[in-house]
Amino acid sequence: MQAQTKIIHAASIHSLGDTAVTVEFGDGIDRALSSRVFAARAAIAAAHIPGIRETVPTFRALAVHFDPDKIRQEQLIAALGDVELPSRPDTSPGTTWQVPVLYDGPDLADIARASGMSPEEAAALHASAGYHVYMLGFLPGFAYLGDLPEKLRLPRLKEPRTRVPKGSVAIADQLTAIYPSQSPGGWRLIGRTPLALFDHRRNPPSLFQPGDDIRFHAIGPDEFDHLSREAGT
Amino acid sequence: MSGFTVLDGGLQTTIQDVGRAGLLALGVPRSGALDALSYRLANRIAGNPPGTAVLELRSPGPTLRVDAENARIALTGTAALTIERNGDAQEWQAWRAIDLDQGDIIRVAGFSDTAVAYLAVAGGFELPEVFGSRATFLRGGFGGFEGRALKEGDFLRLAAPHIPDTPCLTLPAAPRFVTSPVLRAIPGPQADYFTVAAQTAFFERPFTVTRDLDRMGMRIEGPELEHAKTGDFASDATVPGAVQVPGATRPILLLNDCQTTGGYPKIAVVISADLPSAGRLMPGAEIRFRKVGITEAEEARAEGEHAYRSLANTLIAVRG
Repeated sequence: MQAQTKIIHAASIHSLGDTAVTVEFGDGIDRALSSRVFAARAAIAAAHIPGIRETVPTFRALAVHFDPDKIRQEQLIAALGDVELPSRPDTSPGTTWQVPVLYDGPDLADIARASGMSPEEAAALHASAGYHVYMLGFLPGFAYLGDLPEKLRLPRLKEPRTRVPKGSVAIADQLTAIYPSQSPGGWRLIGRTPLALFDHRRNPPSLFQPGDDIRFHAIGPDEFDHLSREAGT
Repeated sequence: MSGFTVLDGGLQTTIQDVGRAGLLALGVPRSGALDALSYRLANRIAGNPPGTAVLELRSPGPTLRVDAENARIALTGTAALTIERNGDAQEWQAWRAIDLDQGDIIRVAGFSDTAVAYLAVAGGFELPEVFGSRATFLRGGFGGFEGRALKEGDFLRLAAPHIPDTPCLTLPAAPRFVTSPVLRAIPGPQADYFTVAAQTAFFERPFTVTRDLDRMGMRIEGPELEHAKTGDFASDATVPGAVQVPGATRPILLLNDCQTTGGYPKIAVVISADLPSAGRLMPGAEIRFRKVGITEAEEARAEGEHAYRSLANTLIAVRG
């Protein structure tokens, strides 16, 4: 039998106004912290505490949005603190996705130069790693994926672009992401995918869910065009 | 087909309701009416069930032509509107139902007492739900009318072909809204990322609402709020009402279309009872934040609900 820890002993619980609380496990971006957040999400869902509307996992914490007309915050915090966490959380609770990427981003040459590699090597290195969906935010369907191989880690652009095209595969510090829609953005663009990351006519609308695993593979321009037509992107 | 033809979209007219839930973890915000009090009253006066989709207006409002046999509308949030019938323009007070005939033109000109006003139509609009709501999410381009603000030439289909055979309702007196409110707020999950002086200044000094304001949030200007911790902050979840502080100045008060997560520490969160006041804020308004605890927030929520019911109970019948 596994030893268990109560949330109250593993996290601090803060008010996020009167309609949400945040169950905080630390500050930073790392897989161990993230797995605690996902374990808490699963354990809290299984506890069926009345009044909880939805939960949002992030790098550092799990936000619990609730209906204050159904449960008082004090009671909710007590109930959350009492939830038992497994001592060894399941490390990959999600789906694994294979994401085709045409590595022709406008920043690829700069990324390669800064990393002391050829553009082909930089692309291959990006595609060699397995990534974890830490969280979604910023835009509908925008998934924060990590961790990027050390050699590719570069800061955000000093001057963010006003228009990053939909489908752009981008990197920043230890993370990589795909822009699900056109948006301003400061991440460095390494390539693009023909996949539709977010579509409000689908259910669920986002291809990636928090906790999923992502692998990238390089494709050529012809395959990109073919897949784009198929996906209608 | 019964509907309203948009002759002028106004500054930003969107379809809104109570918003959508369940997709925050996928980056989809709640959206919905910024001033929930005026929104609820608009539906109540129009005789609609709670949660019916209405038009949210910003100044100047839209111009609409009634292309239906008749229609009943209710404007709330601001003072007045103009109805043109056979070339004659007549001013009508808000906060009452008005029965209109085919060809009538509804004009909501500029208003300056609130950022948002609401125009409900009896029976609501015929629009598809997107994830359980008809609220427009402009940044995502979905919900409401084609995911965008109304523009000239749009045709809004009405869900009910005729006005109801109940009397028109009116509030005997318009609710009085304070233009420079005190917003009650609970210290944020990262209050300790700020110096004690900053935490004190936040609740003691006034802020001014800047012109940098939309459905996602507003920049406010006030005392310098010095961070006690420096370096990167790993993003966590946000809620409407949260006050994010990216630098030492010009914090952002988040509203209904805000990003679901954010990479800046939150010094405080405005309580749900005061979100309608926040939603009504105009550029230039002076605001203050008052520190409250959870118990006071819960009481304020109950009082807010009571205030709505008390107002709704004063509704009386008038001739349309």
